[in-house]
Amino acid sequence: MSIATVVAKRIAYAAGLIFAVLTINFVLIHAAPGDPAMVIAGEMGGADKATLDQIRRTYGLDRPILEQYATYVGRALRGDLGTSYLYNQPVTGLILQRLPATVLLVLTALLAAIAVGTMIGVWASRRPHSIGSGAVTVLSLVGYSMPTFWTGILLVILFGKVIPIMPIAGMRDVRVYGGWFVTTLDVLHHLVLPAFTLAIVYMAQYSRLSRASMLEVLGSDYIRTARAKGLAERFVVWKHALRNALMPVVTIAGLQFGNLISGAVLVETVFSWPGLGTLAYDSILGRDYPTLLGVLFFSSGLVIVANLLTDLAYRWIDPRLRTR
Amino acid sequence: MSTAPASPPAPAPPAARLEVLSPSREAWRVFRRNRAAMLGLVLLGSVVVLMALGPLLWPVAPFEIVGRPFTPPFEDATLPLGSDYLGRDILAGMVLGGRATLAVGLAAAAITVTIGLAVGALAGFFGGWIDEALSRFTEIFQVMPSLLFAMVLMTLFDPSLTTAIVAIGMVTWTSTARLARAEFMRLRKLEYVSAARALGAGHLRLMLREILPNAAPPLIVSATLIIGVAILFEAGLSFLGLSDPNVMSWGLMIGSNRKYMLDAWWAVTFPGLAIFLTVLGVSLVGDGLNDALNPKMHLR
Repeated sequence: MSIATVVAKRIAYAAGLIFAVLTINFVLIHAAPGDPAMVIAGEMGGADKATLDQIRRTYGLDRPILEQYATYVGRALRGDLGTSYLYNQPVTGLILQRLPATVLLVLTALLAAIAVGTMIGVWASRRPHSIGSGAVTVLSLVGYSMPTFWTGILLVILFGKVIPIMPIAGMRDVRVYGGWFVTTLDVLHHLVLPAFTLAIVYMAQYSRLSRASMLEVLGSDYIRTARAKGLAERFVVWKHALRNALMPVVTIAGLQFGNLISGAVLVETVFSWPGLGTLAYDSILGRDYPTLLGVLFFSSGLVIVANLLTDLAYRWIDPRLRTR
Repeated sequence: MSTAPASPPAPAPPAARLEVLSPSREAWRVFRRNRAAMLGLVLLGSVVVLMALGPLLWPVAPFEIVGRPFTPPFEDATLPLGSDYLGRDILAGMVLGGRATLAVGLAAAAITVTIGLAVGALAGFFGGWIDEALSRFTEIFQVMPSLLFAMVLMTLFDPSLTTAIVAIGMVTWTSTARLARAEFMRLRKLEYVSAARALGAGHLRLMLREILPNAAPPLIVSATLIIGVAILFEAGLSFLGLSDPNVMSWGLMIGSNRKYMLDAWWAVTFPGLAIFLTVLGVSLVGDGLNDALNPKMHLR
């Protein structure tokens, strides 16, 4: 199979998944107790008789279920996920405004977790029986067991009260004026705590994972060969061994992208980060179901795209997988 | 870790060397020597005892307003851990709040393991189109961010403990399914399974009596860790205000006091510490089980 065929197949497959997620969204609206029109309108405000009739007409809720399904999917594929009665604007636009903040938060946390986690893992694998290496194993369990939102709250208390050098809420400071450079610095300054909070859990997992896979790789024959050739140890570890030891980390990181978004929902809520998570939280408080389901759909789409990219990147890193 | 069976210590009587430990006894022997795992067991044991006896030893209603709001901890003997923004007793919430968390965590983990095992075992055992269909089905659930999915379920259906259990179970089973599939796929090709099949064993017997016992060790470890995941999910949902508002839980305490976290650090710190220590206990036990049940892991 040529590489183009493989890529085309993966893309078609991703499209199928998006379709499946849409179907689940549709099933959820109809499986929820009560009138679907009520669900779409939200329970608070705007649910008078005229609005409900309007919704029934636009969504064709008086039509047979399969026809409703076709209408729903058709609308969604054209980018119409309904109207938010809480914000009084189309859901898609609302989500697209919030999307960059979440993507920024999630990608920063992911890259930080991979970089720092791998570094700790490699360091620990060099001295597998030292106290430091044992501490990495225990500390990674500690990091893994901390509820993300609680870690965030502790950091808010620490930096909001004890050492106030970091902003603890939002993404921008309205008092900061200036060009793009000042703005970027301001956003990065606000990003530090949320990204760190989100990264901790994954840093813990990746350090453990890379430690284990480094230990395995360092015992293999080609590493002995590299050492026998007289290569510098630094070169053997960081170039020869790490390359193979990184594969499990990349695989797990790709698989965990959805968990990362779940974590971002909690982190955004704690730090009032204006992304999809706070949008979902506010739409729950306001019973704004179209927005809530829209966020679920868009973030699933984000995971599908991330998986597709990981899959293709993986084939690019490992030539053996290219034509499979 | 590896004690060579060939060199018995000189003073030991020969009879002791002949004693063969059953796999579970052997696993317990390894587990017991693991200090971190035993610490986890002690942590978990303490939490369970506290949940069982705590409300008897400290019989204060956790929703009742019993004192001045924002009483700091360790100052008032009637409010040892202080009070929250309404004047509710933090200690009362602590000793009672774990019950819902633990119950939901355990029940949800049971659902997760049941769905995951069923889907994974069928896919791995039969392969072919059944595997293809079930794997695709698993993938749909895998791409939906699990907490968001659970949030949607809790919002659309009534926010009761039962809904929380079902919602958490529904969104966390995919990793178990993947693990079970891989194990069943590996084991079904082994000769002892073919031998059992040749002796006339049916599909169900092969799956439950022949393959499952050998697939059990990694599944037990994963089931243990899933309890921790389910507890974190329950805590997260109730933190967001998406659980039964009439049942006190650690997550609910943190969520309702979040607005005042800078004024009353104790009201959010203590319940979080309880969640953290419980999950840490589960993680340590799971890690110890992994070492004890997996004889290949000796490089640690």
